[in-house]
Amino acid sequence: MAVAVAQEQPVPITAPIIPVRGLFPVGVVLAGIVVTIGTNWTWGLDFFHVVGGGMWTALDLFMGFVIGPIMRSLSIPARIELTKKLMPKMLLIMPTLVTMTLAAGFQLARHNGMLETSFSLHGWVVASMIVVAVMAIVALALLQPANIAVLFELRRPQPRPEVVQRLMRRFIYAAGVTGAMQVATLVIMTRLAS
Amino acid sequence: MKPRVTQLGMVSIGFVATGVIYLAAYLPKRAPLAPAVVFLVLAAAVFAFNALSLARQPGFAWWRFRQVAGWMTLVYLIVAGMLEFTFLYDHTRGPALAIMTLLLAIFTLNVPLLSGWTVAHLETD
Repeated sequence: MAVAVAQEQPVPITAPIIPVRGLFPVGVVLAGIVVTIGTNWTWGLDFFHVVGGGMWTALDLFMGFVIGPIMRSLSIPARIELTKKLMPKMLLIMPTLVTMTLAAGFQLARHNGMLETSFSLHGWVVASMIVVAVMAIVALALLQPANIAVLFELRRPQPRPEVVQRLMRRFIYAAGVTGAMQVATLVIMTRLAS
Repeated sequence: MKPRVTQLGMVSIGFVATGVIYLAAYLPKRAPLAPAVVFLVLAAAVFAFNALSLARQPGFAWWRFRQVAGWMTLVYLIVAGMLEFTFLYDHTRGPALAIMTLLLAIFTLNVPLLSGWTVAHLETD
């Protein structure tokens, strides 16, 4: 009984919203991108684009189609517990992967001539920009704010389960949309690479 | 009635994205700038309306909004700085650079507004 009560009343987190130690690797990655672009280092651009893109796509698909359905089936205290552990890390990882992929990808496309209107698959390049725009809108307007809001809610002395549930529902649906968009990205990128 | 900050923010960022894609789709040639200016004006107008409707919201937790939006502004100023560096590095100049910079500025203002609103309006729910 005591255990059940403890599960119904999750302990709020008092730590910083994001893991401060994680800012160092983020800074290193961002500095690496700037240096790579500044020096026109082709292998570096390829590395940042392929590694960042692969991780971004995999994480979006994993969040949208694996973690999302699992989260929906969990009890509220379990959802809160998972959220407390997962979301602070996602707040650092996702923007870093997105910046790394897009910045390196744009420069790579520029070097390869893929941005030019004369490029035979230019339409696919523009399609990839549209897909990225949709993902950016969903991520910046829905995913990221819900992510931050849920972390603030969990810092309250008495987190409100209905608010956490509402925010997590929004997060899961938005992750599903970006997951579907990532399937489109995979089609476009393999088309461009072949 | 609560202002539709999230929805309007999505529309504003959508206009920014459309403007940037329109300009980028013409590279390395210069795109006719009139459509990009239209997207810029629409994005700015929607953002201004959104910010004004939020400012008129009674009982809004501004202290929380400032806390979240302040840090988000710092983060997205770094992101915007990197993007501006890329524009300059790629030799974007003249009116095209001005439009891209203004589109970037509206994007940078929208993100803190959206996060600040989402967190702060839950304070008073």
